[in-house]
Amino acid sequence: MVKELTIISGKGGCGKTTIATSFAALAKDHVIADADVDAADMHILLQPEIRKSEIFHGLNIAEKNDDLCINCGKCYENCRYGAFDPDNTLHPEKCEGCAVCELVCPVDAIKMVERQTGEAFISDTRFGPLVHAKLHAGEEASGKLVALVRQRAREVAESQGKGLILIDGPPGTGCTVIAAMTGVSLVLVVFEPTLSGIHDAKRIIEVAKHFRIPAIACINKYDINMKNTRDILDYCKGEGIEVVGKIPYDDTATDAMMAEKTVVEYTNGPLSQTIREIWDRVEKAF
Amino acid sequence: MKITVASGKGGTGKTTIAVNLALSIENSMLIDCDVEGPNSHIFFKEPMVKLKDVSIPAPKFDLDTCTLCGKCAEFCQYNAISIIGEKLLFFEELCHGCGGCKIICPVNAITEVDHNVGLIEKGGTEDLPVYHGLLNISEPFGVPIINELKQFADGSKVTIFDSPPGTACPAVEAMRDVDFCILVTEPTPFGLHDLTLTIDVIRQIGTPFGVVVNRDGIGDDRVDRYCENEGIPLLAKIPNDMEVAKLYSQGIPMVTGLPKYRELFEEMFQKIREMV
Repeated sequence: MVKELTIISGKGGCGKTTIATSFAALAKDHVIADADVDAADMHILLQPEIRKSEIFHGLNIAEKNDDLCINCGKCYENCRYGAFDPDNTLHPEKCEGCAVCELVCPVDAIKMVERQTGEAFISDTRFGPLVHAKLHAGEEASGKLVALVRQRAREVAESQGKGLILIDGPPGTGCTVIAAMTGVSLVLVVFEPTLSGIHDAKRIIEVAKHFRIPAIACINKYDINMKNTRDILDYCKGEGIEVVGKIPYDDTATDAMMAEKTVVEYTNGPLSQTIREIWDRVEKAF
Repeated sequence: MKITVASGKGGTGKTTIAVNLALSIENSMLIDCDVEGPNSHIFFKEPMVKLKDVSIPAPKFDLDTCTLCGKCAEFCQYNAISIIGEKLLFFEELCHGCGGCKIICPVNAITEVDHNVGLIEKGGTEDLPVYHGLLNISEPFGVPIINELKQFADGSKVTIFDSPPGTACPAVEAMRDVDFCILVTEPTPFGLHDLTLTIDVIRQIGTPFGVVVNRDGIGDDRVDRYCENEGIPLLAKIPNDMEVAKLYSQGIPMVTGLPKYRELFEEMFQKIREMV
């Protein structure tokens, strides 16, 4: 069976993508998936060549024909998302696609219509296939687009006989994160030794526990606050979570990003060595 | 006045800007809309106290009355209901609380009950109240909590909203119905890329906005050049300062630990006031 690893942190900016792109360079026999569909960044370092793209349809959205509308007010009364004004004017940007207005309209003036809310891509990179996506500005159903990315990644893995899918996860604990985590073999939680980073990483570990997904952890920029780093180590010990490595603060990570390269390609220095060691331990953790 | 602090990319400094701006101006309040990972409260000593639960209406099925006709399952746009064999299955986490199943049920077997999705807490001081929401673990949709949080904005105060990251629905909700948006970014390829995505969203919403460059000194001047070409006001640049990072890691606001930075936030607010 194809193994799946998702890299998550709860808080953004902890180094998920820096670590995930380096893993992409180090792993063998794998497919890469960028599950941060509303702010995808992996492609900046991986420079994919798009082989296949497909249109993503999110939820249908209400469309109203004012010529048929008799202003009965049923749509306004029944919509729970404020998409209709008291004069029955429709605000499509507030529509959540539930279709209740279509259901209650007595004269069929409202139709739910399909619309394009994003795109998904299957690409080639110098490290193997990448599945990625772009959610259109401000759209809903991003969790569904993440699910599509994961489905396509599994198909690519199966058709090309790849044994591993590396998933760069989004921040938060909501629908996109849940879609990026459910059913994977392992999650790597990236901690940052700040009170905010710890707060959010603990929440994402709760999510992993809820869905019974095995978790391991690493600490990025561990030397920014040694007391917090010790607290993280204690916490992980108490939770039975293996800490597979500690990455020092190092400006080389930014330099690599500026050069649009992964850390392990850009340098052989201590930062690169640490990430290589972490990758070895992650592989063993499966 | 209502100001939202937003950014596409996570970890660029939204909470830093929101907290320090609120601390640097008179008569302000702070509402943290990042209900999946609220962090603003960490920078205030006062404990957060629960104000209320947030619930959405969810269907309750009277299985004695239910005829398993499947109309509700067929109607539900979120696939929260399914009929398998002689059994009705309801997936509470997928329900958006639209009430459609109750309307469509031909035998009135569906009533509605509250489904708790999270809560709202209040902290801070009387001079600077802080509100935040927490989405329950394993719940996917935070927008109902953000909507309720926004109701706490006090019209007589300057309300600073700390937005969730990204460009999808929770972030859009936090950027809507405000007077101004501060978009925080860092001067790197990731920072600029995600900034442009957020600008696509904010232009659709139509809220006036300006950019703050955080960790100035890393990367290069690509954000400056972009803003100049697009005619976007640059509100402030916050230098990449290890002292600031250390204070942040301990939950100490930079204007408290390093008062020299207060002026930077006062000037930022002055610029915003001139634009609104």
